[in-house]
Amino acid sequence: MTFTPIDKAARATPPAMARRIRGLSDRTIAWIFVAPSIFLLLAVNIFPLIWTIRLSFTNFRVNRPNNDVEWVGLRNYQRILTDEGTWATMQATAHFLIWTIVLQVLIGFALAFLINKKFRGNDLWTTIIVFPMMLSPAVVGNFWTFLYQPQIGLFNYVVAFFTGADPASFSMIGDVMLAPRAIVIADTWMWTPFVMLICLAGLRSIPNSIYEAAECDRASKWRQFWTITIPMVLPFLMLAVLFRGIENFKMFDLVVQLTGGGPGNTTTLTSIDLKREAFEKWRTGYSSAYAVILFVTVFGLASIYVKALNKVKER
Amino acid sequence: MSFSVTDPTPRTKWFAGLAVALYALITLMPLLWIIATGFKSPADSIAYPPKMEFQPTLEGYVNLFTTRTRIKEADLANLPPADTWYDRIVREQGQIIAGPSRYGERFMNSVIIGFGSTALCMILGTAAAYAFSRFRVPLKDDLLFFILSTRMMPPIAVAIPIFLMFRNLGLNDTHIGMILLYTAVNLSLSVWLLKGFIDEIPVEYEEAALIDGYTRFQAFCKVVLPQAATGIASTAIFCLIFAWNEYAFAVLLTSGTAQTAPPFIPTIIGVGGKDWPAVAAGATIFLVPVMVFTILLRKHLLRGITFGAVRK
Repeated sequence: MTFTPIDKAARATPPAMARRIRGLSDRTIAWIFVAPSIFLLLAVNIFPLIWTIRLSFTNFRVNRPNNDVEWVGLRNYQRILTDEGTWATMQATAHFLIWTIVLQVLIGFALAFLINKKFRGNDLWTTIIVFPMMLSPAVVGNFWTFLYQPQIGLFNYVVAFFTGADPASFSMIGDVMLAPRAIVIADTWMWTPFVMLICLAGLRSIPNSIYEAAECDRASKWRQFWTITIPMVLPFLMLAVLFRGIENFKMFDLVVQLTGGGPGNTTTLTSIDLKREAFEKWRTGYSSAYAVILFVTVFGLASIYVKALNKVKER
Repeated sequence: MSFSVTDPTPRTKWFAGLAVALYALITLMPLLWIIATGFKSPADSIAYPPKMEFQPTLEGYVNLFTTRTRIKEADLANLPPADTWYDRIVREQGQIIAGPSRYGERFMNSVIIGFGSTALCMILGTAAAYAFSRFRVPLKDDLLFFILSTRMMPPIAVAIPIFLMFRNLGLNDTHIGMILLYTAVNLSLSVWLLKGFIDEIPVEYEEAALIDGYTRFQAFCKVVLPQAATGIASTAIFCLIFAWNEYAFAVLLTSGTAQTAPPFIPTIIGVGGKDWPAVAAGATIFLVPVMVFTILLRKHLLRGITFGAVRK
C-alpha cells in the first residue's frame, strides 16, 4: 500500500474527524462503485447459468410446464455427444471457423501491411474499410440474401461478369455446396477489417530502428519481413484470431439471416442448432445441456485468450 | 524533412494506395447497393442486369413507413385527388395507404433501448472501472476476468434461462427488460475500456484534489470524470452501437411492444413478394447513423473492438 500525503494526514487525525474530512472511506466507495455491476452480472449472467446447469439434468420442457420434471442425470449430455446431427453441426462450425479465420487473417494482414506504407489518405481509406464491421449483422445479412439472388443479385452478376457463367445458373444460398461458402464470404466481408485494425496496430508498434539496423546489416526486404515483421506482429495476430474464433463460434445473427441454417443442415452452426432445439422444439432440458457444452468450450477459449492478451500487454 | 532508409519508395506507396483503395471500393459495394436500392422502384430493384442507373424514387421509403392495400383501377379513379406527395406515390402503384407501418415504432424501440442501456451501462461501468483502477478491490483480477467472461457466452445459450426468468418476472418483451439485459451484456466492454482510460489519468491529480479538501467522491466527479470525458464518450458510442446492432436476444425475447429494428427489418414484406426497396430503405435509415458514429470513433476504434487490449 502506498502512503499518499493525505493518507498520512488522515492517520494523524482521530478516526471520527478523518471520516468527516474525507467523507466515505475508500473501502466503502470501492464497494458502492463495484457492487451494482457485479450484482447485475450475477443476476443476468450467473444466475441464469446456474439455472441452465440445473435444467440440463432434467427433461423439462418450457411449452409443457405441467409435465412432471424428472431428473435424468447425464442422459442429455450423453444424447448430445452421441448424436450424429450434433457432430455434423460441430463440423460445419469448424469449417466455418477455419475458413473465415484463414481468409480474414490473410486479407486483413495484407491490407494492414499496405496501409502501413503510409501513402496519402490512408486514414480515409481505413475508415471506409472499417464500415462493414460496425453494422448490424442481422440487417446486413438479410440484405446479402438479396445480393446472392440468382440472376438479379449483384454478387451473381459480378461473378458471372468475370467468369462468363450464367448468373441464373447458381444460387449461393440455395445450393448445398455453395451455401457454406456464401456465409464465409459474407463473414469475411464483414470482419476482415477487424483483423486488419489489430494487425495495423501490431505493425505500427514495431520501432523503425529495428528495420534500420537490419538495413545496415544488409538483410533483404524478404528476410526483414520474415524475421522482424512477422514475429513482432504475431501476438497481435493471435489476439485477432482468438477474438474472431470466439465470436464466430457464437455466430448466430449473420448466418441465421443469410441462410437460416439451410439448405438442409449445411450451414447449421451450433448457435443456430441450439436455437432450434431450445426455441422451436422446446426441448429445454436437452438444449440446456447443449448450452453448457458450448459454455465450457467458449470458456476454454476465453482463458487462452486472456493468457495471450497478457502476453501482448507485457511487450 | 527527415529521411530514413526504411521509408517506402513513392512507387511502393502509390501501388499500396491503389490496392487499398480498390479493396475499399469493393467492400463498399454492398453498402452502396443498400443505399441505392432504397431509392429504386420495386421493378428496378429486381431488374436484370442489375441497374446501376435508375430514376430515383421515394417509393421504398413511403412503403417502409406505410401499410397499403391494392384497389381496383376504377375505384382509384373515383377517389378525390391525392393531396400529399406520398399519397401520390402510393396511388401510382395502384394502391392506397391503409395506415402507418410498424417501422417507426420499432426504430423508436431501438432508440429507447439503445440509449437507455448505454446510459445505465456508463453509470455502472464508470463507477466500477474507477474502483478497479484506483482501489485495492479484493480478488480484482478474478472479478475482471469474470466480467470479461460474461461477454464470451453465446447469447443463445444464456437466452434459455433469461427467457424463463423474464417470463416469471413479467419482463418479457418490455423495454425495461431489454435495457437491463443489454446493460449486462455491455458492462464487460464498458468496465474494461473505461478502466484503461482511467488508468491513463495520473493519480496525482486526484491526490492534489484530496489535499485541497475534496472528498474522494468529489475528486471523482470534479477531477476524474472531466479528464476521462473522451474515453467515456467513445465507450458510450461503442455500447450504443452494440445495443443498436444486437439481434439474438432481441429476436428471442421480444415480439411486439419492445421489438427493436434488427429483428423487424428482415420481416418487411411488400404487397406480393419481398419489397426490397423498402427493406433497403429501412436498413439505410438504421445503418447510416452507425457509419457516422464510426467516423467519430475512428481514433478509438481499435481499443473498443479489442476491449482495451490493444491501444494505439
